[in-house]
Amino acid sequence: MAEANATTATKEQVLYGNILDIGMKIGMVILFVFFALYVFGIMKPAIPVQDLDQYYSMPAHEYLQAITANYDAIEETPDQWNWLSLVSHGDYLNLIGIAFLAAVTIFCYIAIVPTLIKEGDKLYAGLSILEVLILLLAASGLVSGGH
Amino acid sequence: MLPKIMKTGGLALAGSLLLLPALALAANGGPEAAAATAAATGEYAWWFWPLILFIITFVMGIFAVLGGVGGGVLFVPIIGSFSFFPFHMDFVRGAGLLVALSGALAAGPGLLRSGMANLRLAIPVALVASTCAILGAKLGLGMPEYLTKGLLGIVIMFIVVVMVTAKKSEVPDVPKSDALSSSMRIFGVFTDQSSGQEIDWKIHRTPLGLFLFIFIGLIAGMFGLGAGWANVPVLNLVMGAPIKISVATSKFLLSITDTSAAWTYFTNGCIIPMMVVPSVIGIMLGSFIGVRLLKVTKPVVVRWVVIAILLFAGIKSLMAGWSAYQEKNMAADEPQHHSEVIEQIQPAAASPVHPAADMIG
Repeated sequence: MAEANATTATKEQVLYGNILDIGMKIGMVILFVFFALYVFGIMKPAIPVQDLDQYYSMPAHEYLQAITANYDAIEETPDQWNWLSLVSHGDYLNLIGIAFLAAVTIFCYIAIVPTLIKEGDKLYAGLSILEVLILLLAASGLVSGGH
Repeated sequence: MLPKIMKTGGLALAGSLLLLPALALAANGGPEAAAATAAATGEYAWWFWPLILFIITFVMGIFAVLGGVGGGVLFVPIIGSFSFFPFHMDFVRGAGLLVALSGALAAGPGLLRSGMANLRLAIPVALVASTCAILGAKLGLGMPEYLTKGLLGIVIMFIVVVMVTAKKSEVPDVPKSDALSSSMRIFGVFTDQSSGQEIDWKIHRTPLGLFLFIFIGLIAGMFGLGAGWANVPVLNLVMGAPIKISVATSKFLLSITDTSAAWTYFTNGCIIPMMVVPSVIGIMLGSFIGVRLLKVTKPVVVRWVVIAILLFAGIKSLMAGWSAYQEKNMAADEPQHHSEVIEQIQPAAASPVHPAADMIG
């Protein structure tokens, strides 16, 4: 792939690529640093690491019920965005890095919309806005798993 | 200046990532300590599974690059189907999506800036696939585990068939672009340095291609699989994009499709950082090594090894689905059995929160 020279990278494509690059690297650094804080015990987790293997084999909804019932630190079921109240704990702090990585694509789409509008490409600007809305719907937690 | 800093930062990050598992292992006394803990308690030390995931995904990363597949398509069937691993399919799929997403995010910038991945081709396709991936994730999370595993087995075997039989066309013959792709201005030019040829490309059968991405999105979301195995044949053979554009655009597409599915698993509590982060680190490091090994290995041989592994994992997944189905029927015959199991699990899980320092002691 590296052997091919492209001549068709548009302005919005390069912009998307640049933001993706920066976002991905920031996300990976956050992921790495926060995981180190967690795994080396620098930040206390809400769920003790020694207990984790008891939950690995549970379905997600049972796992959420069990940890909410079993640990004082977890007052509310940590699904959707409720986990944000637990980010002072090492394990839930890690979800920030994961959420950031999952949000990078949304940032990229938002960034290219003004360029597309400026170039009069209303169709692709509309499709990009629609994609942002779809990803925000997924991120909102409104789509439940139906367990 | 900024790209230079980012490049240096990327190298520093890769180096640091390499050290992390080794440091974690050293801090916890090495494999002997894990074995000692396992012998003493009948269970593994807490860091056993993250370390195993790191090692397995590291190897997977190497094989994925050499075999020409995405990491996600290996992760879910292998970690989800073999009874050695204790993880429920909900967590396996969540982790699998993030493994595939990380790989796609890492590859995306280079592919876009070089023009090999085409944003105009990707945007409409991604909209269809990502919307359907949410639906697929919702369906997948609502399915009983026996059905998830059984269907995964069938999908994996289908992937094997696609990998064995699908042809590829370097530059497919597209006599005339269709009305939809023309109106959306989906076309381009690239120069292939291996042949020195400047290639004008355009696509056709866009409505059919978009229709097929409905199923690709559904499968990606339902099983947490990266869908490169399906993206490439549809972009290349159905829509007529050159193979290099198809492969690059497919890789970039995963960063969008998997994002929507990953968010759905994320907000449904299917993400355990102790599973996800070692897996992401492992697969990325393995991929770095794999890229270097490409120069000295025969990818064709490795590809057949990957196909054999996938076939085996597909059969295992089907068998695991069948076993889970039988267990479910047996549990239905003995209604008190399930509640007994839950009662056994709950008190054991209710141990007090240990001080952070105890974790590595």
